Amino acid sequence: MAAGRSRIPATKHSVERFTLDNGLRVVLAPDRSAPVVGVAVVYDVGIRSEPEGRTGFAHLFEHLMFQGSENLEKLAHFRHVQGAGGTFNGSTHLDYTDYWETLPSNALERALFLEADRMRGPRLTEENLRNQVDVVKEEIRVNVLNRPYGGFPWLRLPPVMFDTFANAHDGYGSFDDLESASIADATDFFDRYYACGNAVLAVGGDLDVAEATALVERHFGDVPARPAPERPSFAEPDLTGERRESYTDKLAPLPAVAAAWRVPDPIGDFAGYLPYVVLAEVLTDGDASRLVERLVLRDRSVTSVGGYLGLMGDPFDVRDPTAMVLQAHLPPGGGVDKVLQTIDEELDRLATDGLAADELARTQARMATHLLRETDAVLGRTLQMAVLEQQRGDPGLLGELPRLVGEVTEEQVRAAAATLRPQRRAAVEVVPGGGAR
Amino acid sequence: MTVRTLPPLGPNRKLKLPREVERTLPNGLTVIVLRRPAVPLVELRLWVPFGRAHLARGLMMSQTLLSGTETMSSVQLAAELQKVGGGLSCGADSDRLMISGTGLSTGLDRILELLAEVLTGASYPNDEVATERARLIDGIRMAQSQPTHLVRKALLKRMYGKHPYAVQTPEPEQVEAVRPAALRSLHAARVRPAGAILLLVGDVQEAKALDAVERALGDWTGDGAPGELPSTPPLEPGPLLLVDRPDSVQSSVRLALPAVPRTHPDHAALQLANLVFGGYFSSRWVENIREDKGYTYGPHSVIEHSVAGSSLVVAAEVATEVTGPALLETIYELGRLATLPPKEDELEQARQYALGTLQLGISTQAGLAAVASAYAGSGLRLEFLAEHAARLAKATRDDVAAAAASYLAPSRAVTVVLGDAGQVEAPLGVLGPVRTEAAGS
Repeated sequence: MAAGRSRIPATKHSVERFTLDNGLRVVLAPDRSAPVVGVAVVYDVGIRSEPEGRTGFAHLFEHLMFQGSENLEKLAHFRHVQGAGGTFNGSTHLDYTDYWETLPSNALERALFLEADRMRGPRLTEENLRNQVDVVKEEIRVNVLNRPYGGFPWLRLPPVMFDTFANAHDGYGSFDDLESASIADATDFFDRYYACGNAVLAVGGDLDVAEATALVERHFGDVPARPAPERPSFAEPDLTGERRESYTDKLAPLPAVAAAWRVPDPIGDFAGYLPYVVLAEVLTDGDASRLVERLVLRDRSVTSVGGYLGLMGDPFDVRDPTAMVLQAHLPPGGGVDKVLQTIDEELDRLATDGLAADELARTQARMATHLLRETDAVLGRTLQMAVLEQQRGDPGLLGELPRLVGEVTEEQVRAAAATLRPQRRAAVEVVPGGGAR
Repeated sequence: MTVRTLPPLGPNRKLKLPREVERTLPNGLTVIVLRRPAVPLVELRLWVPFGRAHLARGLMMSQTLLSGTETMSSVQLAAELQKVGGGLSCGADSDRLMISGTGLSTGLDRILELLAEVLTGASYPNDEVATERARLIDGIRMAQSQPTHLVRKALLKRMYGKHPYAVQTPEPEQVEAVRPAALRSLHAARVRPAGAILLLVGDVQEAKALDAVERALGDWTGDGAPGELPSTPPLEPGPLLLVDRPDSVQSSVRLALPAVPRTHPDHAALQLANLVFGGYFSSRWVENIREDKGYTYGPHSVIEHSVAGSSLVVAAEVATEVTGPALLETIYELGRLATLPPKEDELEQARQYALGTLQLGISTQAGLAAVASAYAGSGLRLEFLAEHAARLAKATRDDVAAAAASYLAPSRAVTVVLGDAGQVEAPLGVLGPVRTEAAGS
């Protein structure tokens, strides 16, 4: 009955790691609470590695990985996964590209076969390339061009915040670049980045470690060994002055703004990074958070506000350089200057006066719930572990996150807030160009 | 290159449902508990019948139910919930008011106390109502700029005519007129335990959880107004409705077809027919208009179940210049399945998908909660999933062909397209009669 706060529960995921002779890293995470498995293959290549003149290529290539492979005709991959009762997808991120299946556990071997087959090589044909360029263009139309606030802010902030092509360019790609993509580009991209030494395979769920190990060996053991390419540094210096841009969205009925600040290296300085993850929630998680209470409920200067780490909302699967993002939608005629100024004020207040009694603890308890909920799904666990293995060599970190988030101190959150100064800020404003209809 | 063959599937895993424990409290509230202890959390869903509730007031109520009580402000409520890792949210549609939440399972008692506080004491404070009213109006304006919302609105109107389902979003001016007193009356009339269903799923002991609910919500009283909805009217096929959205770079194509409720003897066969047609990626329609022709990115075809009726909705966003051909292929694939039986291997593939995704769907606490609460809202319990699986396993090629012939026949479709009429009216007109309207009219 006590109105006290809950202790953050410990979680345990059993995790096995090993590396095949060909360099493929493997993570097994058994959990027999449901008769389903998740299979994820993550390649260490993403939007940041696209060559100039080939914006959107990492994503286009992801589509091509579904168009048939050594032993599989076009459409076979989808049919084999779904015909086994499973689901599949892939997604392209700044620093990696993932491919996954979730299936009833009697289909585990089939999923391993399918992933191994395309790791040996996709069938790259002109016809499939043209078809998938068309599909990707429709994807961009549906998600960006034909809707209000399309690509806001994930495609709109990077060019304001960053200067190098790798960090600043449009990861969905221009139609010109997509249309000029060739089979030769795709072959080069595969040869360079889709090496098994550049990949991680993770399998989670209803599996026996010894059996799964044998199956992994059987299907992936003879994928030709190819080493990972050297990963360049994408580092950029922090901003030294405020940056602010605006654009008119002809479909948008109301103004919006997003602001971002660089944060410490999520891999190299995890202890320095974690307080920002907590700070984002202190600021924006629910009615009792700082910015919702102030901007939405008290001032009514915004209709919604959100905050998160990573331009794609990916706090634990992105490398440096990355950012903390705050975004808000404004009522009709709302002033963006005023909103940014109020955010500065609130950050200042947090840095100076600290947090209220219980404010940090309750935010951490809520974060624990969110983190645990993500790991209940076999796919969530498996994908996260694959990326944690790839970027940190530490898939077990997943189970530690609720505790680590809970150990962040008030002093650290205040210090993080103190760094979010206007002169380090990149902001982008949406000017509404559309009526309500 | 070595030729490698696809490994066979292992033996099918048996469908294992968690035990469902149920109790009806003296106040009429039905409580259902499902145990899945995989993570130390609990999911909560409270389903309150809401048929025929006033549209604007009902939606406003869902936005302000958590805005404060006699003793707590919205901020205090949110903070108290956070302390136990919890959160509550509220939403409304034409069938139900739904309060959803998740929290650490150690905080269940506290979450239930706070839920009770809201159910019995929500006060709809003037200031908070004013804030939420303005936010909701902005939200509606925002929705009205989204093609998916606009086409949905036109489709519902076209499908349902005078039925309450025809209009599911209020106009800004209707929201503008909602006062706190109206919300308090609506709450008094409709937020009642009789007929409501509370579902808990997660790391809980069934008996203890039932007792905890009884302790916390036993004092919530009152009879709900029944708000019974008339059955949905049959679809009336007619000219394609083209809603003009000038300069649209894509057209939103929607076809509504008849369907049956989950318990109907045709339902399993219809579900399989829909899968073969367009209900999953490896379907004829998706392989045709996406993987062969590249007209679209994420076409889908779904059976939608509501309290007063079911329907099948086919949806695709297609490039403006291929709107006519995309509709032609859609009609072709519907007609092909309605007139010729599916092949045996196509049916088996769809069947495996339907059965497998049932297993996947209940493999998380949140998934179990979603399935069990959707079932409970239609008067079913989770055990129905096993019955449904058995029907899917048994449906024959003839059953599926018969279902396709009656429900997927293109002649029975209601078709709505939202797009740039200047560009798509003529190509659509080639395929059949078209009636054009301005967006939002």
